[in-house]
Amino acid sequence: METYFILPFTLGMLFLLIVLFIKYGLWITKLSHIDKLRIVQSIFTRRSWDAIKESFLEGLVHRNMYKRNPLLGYMHMCFAMGWFLIIVFGHVECYMYYGTLAKAPWYPIFFQYYVHEWFPGERFMTNLMDFLLLYILTGVLLAYFKRINSKIFGIKKTTKLKPLDRVALISLWFIFPMRLLAESATAALYGNGGFLTNTVGQLFVWIGVNSSMESMLWWGYSLSLGLFFVGFPFSRYMHIFTEILFIFLRHYGIKLKKQFNSYSRIQVYSCSRCGVCIDVCQMHVANISNNQSVYILKNIRDQNLTDRKLYNCLLCGRCEQACPVRINLNDLRISQRIRATKEFNSDYAFLQTLPVDEPQMIDSKPEVIYFAGCMTHMTPGIKKSVLKVLDKAGVKYQFMDKEKGACCGRPLMLAGQYEAAKKLIAYNREKILESRAPILLVSCPICYKVFKDDYELGQITIKHHSEYFLELVNQGRIQLAQSEKTIVYHDPCELGRGCGVYEPPRELLRMTGQLQSVQQEKVNSLCCSGSLGDLSLSMADRNVIKAETLKVLLQKNPDVLATACPLCKKTFVKGVDVQVKDIAEIVAEAME
Amino acid sequence: MRNFGFSTTKSRTIDYGDIDRRLISYILENEPTFNACLSCGSCTAICSAGNLTSFNIRKLSLQIRLGDLEKTHEEIDKCMLCGKCLLECPRGINTRNVVMLIKKGLTIFEIKDKA
Ligand code: SF4
Ligand code: SF4
Ligand code: SF4
Ligand code: SF4
Ligand code: SF4
Repeated sequence: METYFILPFTLGMLFLLIVLFIKYGLWITKLSHIDKLRIVQSIFTRRSWDAIKESFLEGLVHRNMYKRNPLLGYMHMCFAMGWFLIIVFGHVECYMYYGTLAKAPWYPIFFQYYVHEWFPGERFMTNLMDFLLLYILTGVLLAYFKRINSKIFGIKKTTKLKPLDRVALISLWFIFPMRLLAESATAALYGNGGFLTNTVGQLFVWIGVNSSMESMLWWGYSLSLGLFFVGFPFSRYMHIFTEILFIFLRHYGIKLKKQFNSYSRIQVYSCSRCGVCIDVCQMHVANISNNQSVYILKNIRDQNLTDRKLYNCLLCGRCEQACPVRINLNDLRISQRIRATKEFNSDYAFLQTLPVDEPQMIDSKPEVIYFAGCMTHMTPGIKKSVLKVLDKAGVKYQFMDKEKGACCGRPLMLAGQYEAAKKLIAYNREKILESRAPILLVSCPICYKVFKDDYELGQITIKHHSEYFLELVNQGRIQLAQSEKTIVYHDPCELGRGCGVYEPPRELLRMTGQLQSVQQEKVNSLCCSGSLGDLSLSMADRNVIKAETLKVLLQKNPDVLATACPLCKKTFVKGVDVQVKDIAEIVAEAME
Repeated sequence: MRNFGFSTTKSRTIDYGDIDRRLISYILENEPTFNACLSCGSCTAICSAGNLTSFNIRKLSLQIRLGDLEKTHEEIDKCMLCGKCLLECPRGINTRNVVMLIKKGLTIFEIKDKA
């Protein structure tokens, strides 16, 4: 029987379904007990509906990707949306003809082959199906071009492929052209088909086509489908369904943990290798083009991630911010670092033997407890300014690490030394709680981040000095004088993308000078290159990256380059003519 | 031996044929910038851990170069990886990476402190 050609497709699909069932089953069962409870509790709530909406917008329409890169978004949409609709309308068509949906799955897929005669709505349906096919084919064409020359997409580099990816990719490229040829051959023989297949069919008539050629073409279509399905679970295309699973789990409130777990794996497999993260990474200017997030995720999947690659990343968060799939790229990378260094964490036994501070007076409960942190101690100007503002405003404060203080733990966290960081956190946390101050004031975003994410300080609000000073101004406790100086503001990564603080520093700057905007700011701001997230970037490379960042920041020749992070300041100050100042210094000066 | 009324210190001669070079080789291989260290001590002067304890990163690196690993483990565990040294180093050495490599090297080569 010539209809044996359905076999590759059917077997491939069966195989795919079984593998997917096993894989996803395992991943979901390996989620923590609490996470599973979360799923059960949210499954019949609004959250599922929101997840469905997002799956449609991101999984099919690729809205986020479209916003980043319209051509790329269009290409992905052609495949996803086009294919989805072809399956849906294939079933509709099949139902219209057979009057039932209970047909074997190959009927809707090879419908043209089985049904040649007219039925009510046939004209409309065949033309619709042709249109969808054409739509996908434009995507396929773009995909060909992208492989040949990724620059037309504005992408610097596409990802390299492993053999199974290549099998899946090539069979995917063949599927729709084969479908076109097969349907056209049938159209040539039986005169059915819509505007596309019928026209191509005319060509076939002209060449002369017979039924063995027709069945060969259907075999080709079925084979490419089958091959794609078999390669699918082992290729990057796993992202198609995994992304949807990820969207649902995210909506159910599941969060990435410090330790790499099943949910982390689901995130890793959700990466579509769109390459958006490659483009936004600043490492390129230092000619480092092998450690961007997409490569790291690929290495995690292939289990061949080297320390060198793992540690050479600023953890600036630009890629995470840009990722259309919203993968937690920073924390994923940190979880790999935690795994790589778990055998050698310090216990900081010396903390127990440090002298205890002299007891605080019972009724002198401070308004704020100020933690300067290591980096602020490196920039005495910032420290002095913060204290000056506090004094002028008459704030009753306790200086937590005036003489002797332990590090906040964030640098350890960035290096993956999670257990070690916990020791410092416990030590500092006790001191903070002991102070009974309702506000913890910090002047370094690096500290801010870890206080916010990992300290569990309960009722205590954590405030960066820019937030706190703005409050003091609004309460009338300090007055600022405005000057004519032009200022640009650099968003520190940990403060902006890390903690979402963008406006308070800007408001203060508007009160003290003429704030200018920069090309890449707020969520898109560039990293100064000084980040503690990178352990192996050389000074020379850092300087190259810094120079690029400065170019963007200083485009309008401002009088002052303002920032809100002692490390950013320290990084910029070396080798630049313009004045580099922290918000604290600017506020302190404006009070005179 | 006769008692002259004073004592001499134990010989500190180093036998270069006998040095445990495993750790220093491992560090240099993975962080070549460490070669440029001139033992200026800037890192030690601002060190956060040095402020709290007797930790001395400059001394420790010298000892590692000389293969004297008796107390390396205990010492390196005091570093909090804060990164101040990185900012102060005139040679632009990735000191934090050096610290991580020391920690990892000690684990790889199973080098333990002498009791
Ligand atoms: S990590 Fe995100 S941005 Fe990067 S390739 Fe994957 S999906 Fe695209
Ligand atoms: S976090 Fe920053 S440096 Fe690291 S890969 Fe992403 S964009 Fe590049
Ligand atoms: S110092 Fe500032 S800009 Fe630089 S990495 Fe840190 S937060 Fe980012
Ligand atoms: S990173 Fe370690 S060695 Fe360097 S200053 Fe901080 S505590 Fe000292
Ligand atoms: S500051 Fe740099 S050069 Fe000086 S001792 Fe420390 S690591 Fe060596």
